[in-house]
Amino acid sequence: MKKRKIGMALSLVLAAGTILGACGSNEGDKKEGTDKKAENFKVGLVTDTGGVDDKSFNQSSWEGLKKFGKEFGLEEGKGYRYLQSEKEAEYIPNLGKFADGGYNLTFAAGFLLEDAVQTAAEQNTGTNFALIDSLLMNEKFEPVFLDNVAAVTFEEHQGSFLVGAVAAKQSKTGKVGFIGGVDSPLIKKFENGFKAGVKSVNPDIEVIAQYAGDFNKPEKGSSIASTMYTKGADIIYHAAGGTGNGVFTEAKNRKKNGEDVWVIGVDRDQHEEGMPENVTLTSMVKRVDVAVYEISKMAMDGKFPGGKESVFGLKENAVGIAETKDNVSKESIELVKQYQDKILKGEIKVPKTDDEFAAFEKTLK
Amino acid sequence: MMQNIWKNERLFNVLVPVISAVLGMLAGAIIMVLGNYDPVVGFEALFNGMFGSPKAIGETIRAASPLILSGLAVGFAFKTGLFNIGVEGQLLVGWLASVWVGYAFDLPGVLHVIVSILAAAIAGGFWGMIPGYLKAKFKVHEVIVTIMLNYVALYVTADLIKRYLYAGNEKSYRIKETASLSSSFLSEITEGSRLHWGIAVAIIAAIIMWFILEKTAMGYELKSVGYNQHASMYAGMNVSKNVVLSMTISGAFAGIAGAMEGLGTFQNMTVLSSFTGTGFDGIAVALLGANNAFGIILSSLLFGGLNTAAPQMNFDANVPSELIKIIISLIIFFVASGYIIRVIAERFSKEGK
Repeated sequence: MKKRKIGMALSLVLAAGTILGACGSNEGDKKEGTDKKAENFKVGLVTDTGGVDDKSFNQSSWEGLKKFGKEFGLEEGKGYRYLQSEKEAEYIPNLGKFADGGYNLTFAAGFLLEDAVQTAAEQNTGTNFALIDSLLMNEKFEPVFLDNVAAVTFEEHQGSFLVGAVAAKQSKTGKVGFIGGVDSPLIKKFENGFKAGVKSVNPDIEVIAQYAGDFNKPEKGSSIASTMYTKGADIIYHAAGGTGNGVFTEAKNRKKNGEDVWVIGVDRDQHEEGMPENVTLTSMVKRVDVAVYEISKMAMDGKFPGGKESVFGLKENAVGIAETKDNVSKESIELVKQYQDKILKGEIKVPKTDDEFAAFEKTLK
Repeated sequence: MMQNIWKNERLFNVLVPVISAVLGMLAGAIIMVLGNYDPVVGFEALFNGMFGSPKAIGETIRAASPLILSGLAVGFAFKTGLFNIGVEGQLLVGWLASVWVGYAFDLPGVLHVIVSILAAAIAGGFWGMIPGYLKAKFKVHEVIVTIMLNYVALYVTADLIKRYLYAGNEKSYRIKETASLSSSFLSEITEGSRLHWGIAVAIIAAIIMWFILEKTAMGYELKSVGYNQHASMYAGMNVSKNVVLSMTISGAFAGIAGAMEGLGTFQNMTVLSSFTGTGFDGIAVALLGANNAFGIILSSLLFGGLNTAAPQMNFDANVPSELIKIIISLIIFFVASGYIIRVIAERFSKEGK
């Protein structure tokens, strides 16, 4: 008897859906007084399972999209919108929904959506996608390019170089630390950029680097930070997502006990995370919102950078040190400006990989 | 006339779930109105997301395939009086095993698929056997062991991928074409959904479960142990053996559910930092399907459809996904609590006399 129950329940859901569906909505599209080009332009964002309030790149992507939408008079929900993924299995259908919905461009927030973007882009050749923070990869994990996909990456090493310079300038113990989330080419860019920044200011400063093996283990971040501070490092730069929260916890505890320790935040201005003990020296910000805004604008102007990598760095104002500079000394700010110029002029080529860093270090001596 | 309806048992059995579903939808609609969303547009989107297009139908069936198997896993153990909360963990080890065999072995087409699925069944079966054995030998409660083994499975599979199968971007290597369940034919007739042959595997598994339980002496013994352990022991059945056997078979179903993801939907495995939820949904699916193989297929379609349609509801009606989860839960809650409606209805019909 039970089966019949469920069968009926199913058909009822169907029936009700049809009846209700028939009542339908006919709001029509009302858009007026907007930019000509923007009139028919629709741009979407698919988040990973973190959602748009993750205080990380999902949120930052959405902020960029909102800025773009408001500036060009698009209507939220029609001209621009996001769709949050609850499960990994939803990535491809969610990207497909934007394509089916006539969106000109859809952003995928984060490298976790890499294969989903590839599949969706192959299925929907008539619409454009932009993948943030990664290139498309084939089965052998070599980069591939599709004409309707823009791969957006950042020059995190450049921003890391600048905070490295600040760390070197303001370290009192002559030792600084780096904590990475997972040992990967991406996080290596942070590490090597940071080390290069430190060594450029003072080659004698020792940099202790360690990887937590996880982006979501604050307790591990705490214990690594504790070891580093005990070893005499007074400033730690973390590129470890949620694991980095543990670094802040450890630093705050030590500061309460009168120790002079600091943390350098990552991705966003992490000044708040350091309060009330005030342990955030500065942060390396990665402006995903800038990239999202720029790519959207390019796509609207018919200059969508499909089929290639779009790199956002210092030049595009997409990486750098955080707005809040309360704890950064005047000399450090001056120094950052100098290095920023040198990097922009190409006088300093910031290393990304271990090999590049080894070569870079030799030029310093 | 009205009284006759309530007296007609068959009609009654049909009416109760209908009323439950209507109540669920009404509650959902009220919540949408309270949240300032248009329920008409919301339900229209829900329907479209479930069955509105060939692609939606394909995705609904695709989402149902692993749910059927995890529902079977829960249902099978339940028939023997065991509560397998460890389906999630068994699913994960099965997923990994299927991807591993699918990636590392070189075998001809169909054989590769079968071997990969068997690997998933064996891995899941082994993972299910552990709590079964501990229960039979040392009377350790299976609920505790299975919950804990879920965490073990989550982190062990993540670590194994990182060590041996890591391709990059938190993903394992992809399986070979020969091991894949995906089908361009199924994808084409559903206009580009990810529908794969896993649904056939799931239906075969449902038939196998029905056959074991209803047509074999082994199934009779398993059910008998479920009804009354002591009577079964008195009748000369080996209770311990049956407990281990039931958990192993249950785990094997769960392992194959993992193969649906590994060989079908994803073709690889992600280094997961949290559970997929498919194993836990299996508990609800099995309860809703009354632990009956056919009922589980239907309830999986409902669950799979609701899960698939949720983003559509978000997309078309702007209903936030959190609200959709509440609405889906309410629909399921009311459908599952059909018994309450039955009691109320009976009282009303008596008063009417």
